[in-house]
Amino acid sequence: MNYGIVVFPGSNCDHDALTAAQRSGGNARYLFHKETSIPSDIDCIILPGGFSFGDYLRCGAIARFSPLMREVVTFANKGGLVIGICNGFQILTESGLLPGVLLRNTSLSFICRDVYIRTDNTQSPFTSSLQQGQVLRIPIAHGEGNYFAEPETIRRLEDEGRVAFRYCTAGGDSNDEANPNGSINNIAGILNERGNVLGMMPHPERYADKALGCDDGMAIFQSIANAMRIAMPL
Amino acid sequence: MNTYHATVTITLRKGILDVQGKTVEHALHASSFSTLTDVRIGKHVEMTVTAASEEEARAHVDAGCKALIANPIIEDYSITLHAMEAA
Repeated sequence: MNYGIVVFPGSNCDHDALTAAQRSGGNARYLFHKETSIPSDIDCIILPGGFSFGDYLRCGAIARFSPLMREVVTFANKGGLVIGICNGFQILTESGLLPGVLLRNTSLSFICRDVYIRTDNTQSPFTSSLQQGQVLRIPIAHGEGNYFAEPETIRRLEDEGRVAFRYCTAGGDSNDEANPNGSINNIAGILNERGNVLGMMPHPERYADKALGCDDGMAIFQSIANAMRIAMPL
Repeated sequence: MNTYHATVTITLRKGILDVQGKTVEHALHASSFSTLTDVRIGKHVEMTVTAASEEEARAHVDAGCKALIANPIIEDYSITLHAMEAA
C-alpha cells in the first residue's frame, strides 16, 4: 500500500498525513506539486490540508493548476484512490473531481475544534471498515468549510448515497445544532460517482494516534488499507 | 496588436447567502446608516490584455474568468474594457 502525499506551497498537514498513512501500515512519501508524473507504484494520493498558495483568489483555486494536479485528475479518472482533506477537499472541488464548492463558514469565523461526524456510506474504499451510522470524533480547522452545491447536485449526492460523512451530535443525530459551518444537509465529506475520490473537511490524520487524545481518524486509513488488500491480494 | 485595460468585478451569485455582506450591513445599520441595504461583497481584478480587437480582448478575459478568476457555481462576474494609449 503506497501513499503519495502532494505538497503544495502552503500545505501544512502533509506531515500528519504521512505519519497517519505509515501508522496504518502503508508506505508513504511526499510528491512535490511541480512534479509531472505520479510514480507507478502509488495506490492512493492524499491532498493534505493547509493553505495552498495562500488561499489566494479562492481556496484551492490555484493549486488546481499545479503540474501534478493534472496527473492526479488522470489518476482519479483511471480509478486511483484520491482523498482530499480540508484544503485538499477544496482543491478537489476546484479541480472538478468533486461537485460543489466550500463557502465561507456562516459564522465568518475560522473554526478549530473537535466535531462528531456520522458515517453514512460504508461502500467506499475509504469507509469500508466503518459501520453504517458509526460516529467519529475528528477535528475541524477551517474558515471555508460550508459545503454548497446546486439543489440538483445535492439531490444526486443524496440519492446515490455519496455523502460519506455528516456533522452530527455525539449520539449521531445530524441536526442544525451539530452543523459547525452551515453546510447543506450537514455534509462533511462526499464521494465521486465511482467512489474512488473522497473529499472531507474534518482532519482524520490529526486523530490517528491515541497519544493525541483520540485515534478515531485511523478508521479511514485502515479502511483504505483493507480495501487495497482486497483489491490486490498477496 | 492593441492593449486594453480590463477590470473584472466578481460577486456571489444572487441567491447565495453573502454572510460577509450581511455582517457589514448589520454593522452599518447599528451605526445609523439604515438607508444602506443589500450589501454584497465582491472582488475586483485588474489586468492588461493584448489583443487584435476589443472583442478578442473580451473573449480572452472571459476565458480567464471561466477557467480561474471566477467560480461559476457561486460567482457572477462582469468585465469592463478600456483601450490603452500606445506607449
